[in-house]
Amino acid sequence: MVQITSPAFKQNAARALADAGLQKALGKAKGAFLQRRAEAVSRLPEFEQLRDIGRDIKNHTLANLDFYLETYAANVERAGGTVHWCSTADEARAAVLEICRRAGAKTVTKGKSMISEEISINDHLEKHGITPVETDLGEYIIQLRHEHPSHIIAPAFHLNREDWEADFRRMHTDLDPNRVFNERRDILAEARTKLRSRFLAADVGITGANFLIAETGSSVIVTNEGNGDLTQTLPRVHIALASIEKVVPTLEDATSLLRLLARSATGQDFSVYTTFSTGARRPADLDGPEEYHVVLIDNGRSNMIGSEFQEMLRCIRCAACMNHCPVYGATGGHAYGWVYPGPMGSVLTPSLVGIDKAGHLPNASTFCGKCESVCPVKIPLPSLMRHWREREFERHLTPAAVRWNLGLWAWFAKRPTMYRLATRAGIGALSLLARGKGAFRSMPFAGGWTKGRDLPAPERGGTFMARYAKMQRGR
Amino acid sequence: MSKDAILASIRRGLKRGPLPADQRAMLDGRLATHPRHLIPARSRVPRPEQVALFIRNVEKEFGSVDRVADAAEIPGAVAEYLAAQNLEPRFVMAPNPDLQALPWADKPLLAFEARRAEATDTVSVQHGYAAIAETGTLMLPSDPARPTTLNLLAETEIVILRTSRIVGAYEEAWDTLRRERTDPVTGGFMPRNVMLVTGPSRSADIEQTLELGAHGPRRLHIILLDDDPAALPAA
Repeated sequence: MVQITSPAFKQNAARALADAGLQKALGKAKGAFLQRRAEAVSRLPEFEQLRDIGRDIKNHTLANLDFYLETYAANVERAGGTVHWCSTADEARAAVLEICRRAGAKTVTKGKSMISEEISINDHLEKHGITPVETDLGEYIIQLRHEHPSHIIAPAFHLNREDWEADFRRMHTDLDPNRVFNERRDILAEARTKLRSRFLAADVGITGANFLIAETGSSVIVTNEGNGDLTQTLPRVHIALASIEKVVPTLEDATSLLRLLARSATGQDFSVYTTFSTGARRPADLDGPEEYHVVLIDNGRSNMIGSEFQEMLRCIRCAACMNHCPVYGATGGHAYGWVYPGPMGSVLTPSLVGIDKAGHLPNASTFCGKCESVCPVKIPLPSLMRHWREREFERHLTPAAVRWNLGLWAWFAKRPTMYRLATRAGIGALSLLARGKGAFRSMPFAGGWTKGRDLPAPERGGTFMARYAKMQRGR
Repeated sequence: MSKDAILASIRRGLKRGPLPADQRAMLDGRLATHPRHLIPARSRVPRPEQVALFIRNVEKEFGSVDRVADAAEIPGAVAEYLAAQNLEPRFVMAPNPDLQALPWADKPLLAFEARRAEATDTVSVQHGYAAIAETGTLMLPSDPARPTTLNLLAETEIVILRTSRIVGAYEEAWDTLRRERTDPVTGGFMPRNVMLVTGPSRSADIEQTLELGAHGPRRLHIILLDDDPAALPAA
């Protein structure tokens, strides 16, 4: 498994905030995503209606998930493909390794796939003498750097152009060390040349899947570079990795969701390549893989069905929630400490690795609600994070100081008279201490809070309730 | 077996056993009728405007379009495009009877082979199956006469498309495929691979800034043959 550093979220976040390179990259990238999405949405007047449709398609599928998975698998097999049902990451790794071994694979090319990060397939293949090569441009540099993606659709979100140039010089040692990268295009061209020979040499191609279609037994990938298509077309064997919630009933259902996906993700009307794969090469075909496998992975998702987190399984991995999140925008993706960052990760990660390890994540939210308002399938992300906070509290995982303070607050909150007395006393004391200064630069027991900003002093005129009562009397 | 374990776990969550026969029949019915959802109004326009919308969208996505009135003009249009791009007059072509029937002999300087693409090919000429005006998207189903590698390996891809094959929305293109194709393996309509292609290959992975020409073609050029009188622009 990818090492989980979510328990250290606070330290990770502090380090991220102090990382000048990261802050530069985040500052550059953030605005672009927001603007492009807003423009794409404004070009499609039906976008809001499509969000309701997307939500309903996914809800219908999840309510009949057993039926659609069985139908999907039967149709894959009718097209000459094989479905490998895997309950755990271990089973999925074993299934992939077994297919690669039978194919006599030395190198494996890979299209971008978050589930492949979740099951750490690269480490597993390497350990068994098979070389995995990431072919998505962003994933390629992440692999060169031995890092993990910091964003689910833009894996190198945290890097600047200087990082690319330095890493390419360091790793592509067969090229002229004095070559000049005048433009981003030169970096891209070098990666294209380097990876072309990898595509041609690979014995197995591994991709993810954005959707699985029950009606036809197809797996769908969506890319802009064309790397996923080269990965699944040139090698003798194609393996599609997919989690169980990717299935939708028909091509029409997938089409409606595709209208939402690219617009929400990159702000394109449609991605460059949307490709539907159904089985292996047909007898008279001149190209395409001779074997087609689907590794169908549960890894904790079926436990979410029937729970308050079922709605999370509607997620189509567009990344709009993290692109619009003020916390993600400040810390980047690595601080979250596992595969899925941002608001969707803050709900999904505790479901898959446990709230004991990922308790900080649902707390790392201002609950501003932007994520829910942009989600193409209307997942109520803040409510789901709140459910996790409740579970965390119930299981006594919340730190003692927080629990004690919450208990104290609850005691007062349940006794309105006491609450008003206490707030009046508190405000009075603070006004007195402020002596008209308007704000406190520091405050005992709130050093963490006042380190980054001043605490405004209460205005004259008493508590909200006191002022409200006065206003009512004045009417 | 993990299949049984996964299905059992899903059913436990749904608080039911396997679906009863009548509900399965209802879902089978939904699959068989594959109902359409909302189709955006932008492509619900008369034929000439649909074709114009298609062209506009291709160009918005950095593709280019050339329009010819007669199939006999296609070899000349290919030769001109390659010359204008300063490319050698040499290409790999889809082994498609329509394409092979074109009067290539009129342009003796054009050299081509009809086969799948290899890594050394720089230009491919592909047969366009259908196209979707809504987003300027080509539908390219794999077929012995339409190899997938032609869409991927060359730096320049030229697609020959008839205007009669341009539809408004994706759903209409799926129905065309359903109506016209029978797969030799499944008996259904889906071929091994269907690519929906919208413009040339690109990446925004370096500082979220768009650059054309990632792993697929750097240029996508469409030669549109006006075979549909209803789709011609009003005079």
